[in-house]
Amino acid sequence: MSAATPLQQQKPTNQPAPWTRKDLVGLQELSAEEITLVLDTAAAFKDVGTREIKKVPALRGQTMVNLFVEASTRTRVSFELAAHRLSADVINVSASSSSLTKGETLKDTAKNLEALHADIIVLRHSSAGASQFLAERLEASVINAGDGAHEHPTQALLDTFTVREKLGRVAGIHVAIIGDILFSRVARSNIHALLKLGAKVTLVGPSTLVPREFERLGVTVTHDLDSVLPEVDVVNLLRIQHERQRKEYFPSLGEYTALFGLTKQRAERLKPGALVMHPGPINRGVEIDSDIADSSRSVILDQVTNGLAVRMAVLYLCAGVRAFK
Amino acid sequence: MSATLLKNGRIIDPANRRDEIGDLLLIDGRIADPKTALPPDVETIDATGLVVAPGLIDLHVHLREPGQSAKETMATGTKAAAAGGFTSVVCMPNTAPSVDNPSVVTWILEKAKAEAVINVFPTGAITKGIAGEELAPIGSMKKAGIVALTDDGHCIQNPEVMRRALEYAGMFGLTVMDHCQDYALVGKGVMHEGYWSTVLGLPGWPAIGEEIIVSRNSQLAELTGTSIHCQHLSSGGSVRILRDARSRGVPLSGEICPHHIALTDESIRGYDTNFKMNPPLRTQRDIDLLIEGVADGTITVLASDHAPHCNYEKEVEFDQAPFGILGFETELSLFLDILVHKKKAIGLPRLIEMYTLEPARLLGLDRGTLSVGAPADVTLIAPDLEWTVDKNQSFSRSRNTPFHGWELKGRAVRTIVGGRTVWEV
Repeated sequence: MSAATPLQQQKPTNQPAPWTRKDLVGLQELSAEEITLVLDTAAAFKDVGTREIKKVPALRGQTMVNLFVEASTRTRVSFELAAHRLSADVINVSASSSSLTKGETLKDTAKNLEALHADIIVLRHSSAGASQFLAERLEASVINAGDGAHEHPTQALLDTFTVREKLGRVAGIHVAIIGDILFSRVARSNIHALLKLGAKVTLVGPSTLVPREFERLGVTVTHDLDSVLPEVDVVNLLRIQHERQRKEYFPSLGEYTALFGLTKQRAERLKPGALVMHPGPINRGVEIDSDIADSSRSVILDQVTNGLAVRMAVLYLCAGVRAFK
Repeated sequence: MSATLLKNGRIIDPANRRDEIGDLLLIDGRIADPKTALPPDVETIDATGLVVAPGLIDLHVHLREPGQSAKETMATGTKAAAAGGFTSVVCMPNTAPSVDNPSVVTWILEKAKAEAVINVFPTGAITKGIAGEELAPIGSMKKAGIVALTDDGHCIQNPEVMRRALEYAGMFGLTVMDHCQDYALVGKGVMHEGYWSTVLGLPGWPAIGEEIIVSRNSQLAELTGTSIHCQHLSSGGSVRILRDARSRGVPLSGEICPHHIALTDESIRGYDTNFKMNPPLRTQRDIDLLIEGVADGTITVLASDHAPHCNYEKEVEFDQAPFGILGFETELSLFLDILVHKKKAIGLPRLIEMYTLEPARLLGLDRGTLSVGAPADVTLIAPDLEWTVDKNQSFSRSRNTPFHGWELKGRAVRTIVGGRTVWEV
């Protein structure tokens, strides 16, 4: 496949939305057509990974900077590999090795990277809104790799891609997102993507971590996992952390597992063919039983593989907008 | 001898229950008896179509000196205040160093004497270093010239410390002004906890974090008899608590700032830090209840919480930006526009009263009146003048306002301090 292939795929007359964004900050502002365009482009790129030569020249000569102000390994590696597969040059900057620890502002750090002709900045940051902040101030493309509890758009795109790939569609699919929704950027981005594409979304978790405010987005909130499981086509389990959060949100990991863990017994309540997803890293035995994580229902590793294709698509589309400007 | 005659204006002087067309004579820095023979060199100012009001008082401002002159100085801050129609400001003690001892009070008064274009009344910290633990030398600061006590920007969390501070302050007749915020409930909150904080993924600052302290203050004011003034109220629930306390004669009062009735939390959807202030912008329901509180007299004071910050401090990630916005040059217009013109919650005389007689009475200042013999502090207001806010025209050293480009109705057009015009439009 040449780099031109995905570009040609967005040209046919039945494609209503050409990609016009230099940045990907979140999914809330995207239309269903734009999300579908990313998924279609990712489908074309997914083939590249199965070939003997896993590279296309689409971003040759372009420089992508992984600016990870908050630590992450899997997302950073996935973006790095995606950029390599598109033949871009890649630089990794982490908070501990950057001038941010010396008191330089995020804006100044990013402006310096831009002065070094960075074309794409992939930003992971603990502050909600950090990607939008940079996107408004830079010529370079800004790709949000997670901003606080706001959004993690490429994660939700790869989740949605996986649902579509495994179940053939997203519209009409019922997805339960389970766990710490309050602090989860993955949950927020998934809610936006799934609702826009016509899925039904139910949020499940302790009342302290799934505030009712979410219902205004158009989802259902419940605290009874057992009654939800037979109804859904997909369960997306979020990583639950007790150490990092304030202890007043729930009493213990043991009680969490007892109420909201996907145990073997609970998994039997799922429909045949229902998918088990997890953005990782998983806590075996906490939010998910170890055997369930490795079972045929689990598409956790497919998500990782699809993440690469989705990130290639996002980099390709956003960089393309800048190139044609 | 210097004399000024303000001719044919609508004189509104709530302290004397006066609202009539007439002339106001100022001689040698004082309001003169209108029957005094006009001196030959009298300067005459035509006030036809204008409101002649006692000089406005802003009870809640940050002038940033000492120590933070990159944000604001005594000169720039008071010039901006004058341009908003203010002849007196009450400045907060959270400077660097904080105003927690008489030498800093004296420094501020000296600095104001040298550089301020209007009257500056300093407040002192309740506790040393505004740390909420040990009492500051309140008596010595009172002697040095403070007009009230406050740990503004911070809130004494320990109810025992607050109780003793109130008992002690009562000995000097000082009002305690409180920034109502329970730290445990608010945590790292940066915006109103509600739908928008949920969508934006920003840490929530729940209304209960303010209300629980207003409620505590109600009980402590009742217990100690010391007057507590709740600063910059943002929550509708606080108004209900305040109303209940006042109906029982508890010495509790409250103020609101214009941004809390001009904007809702939805404004933060673009993560613009010019919409970040403490307490945060809340919901339309809160706005309605705050305005109701103004209309029925529960809220007695209007103020700005003028809080200048440098561009480079504000132009950062939302949760890392400092709280606060400029206030001086937009506050009167915003309140006129919203409370008087749009919502018709109060009339112009009450608005002027809330900016003059009410704060003067609360702190015992000899200002806020056009009585004969009072200092000749006068503000001329064009209540229907339409204008557009331009932050680049501000006299402040800073530019952090969310109101740039707003079209407002009504503003001050001349500010007279001690008989001398210090600013005119």
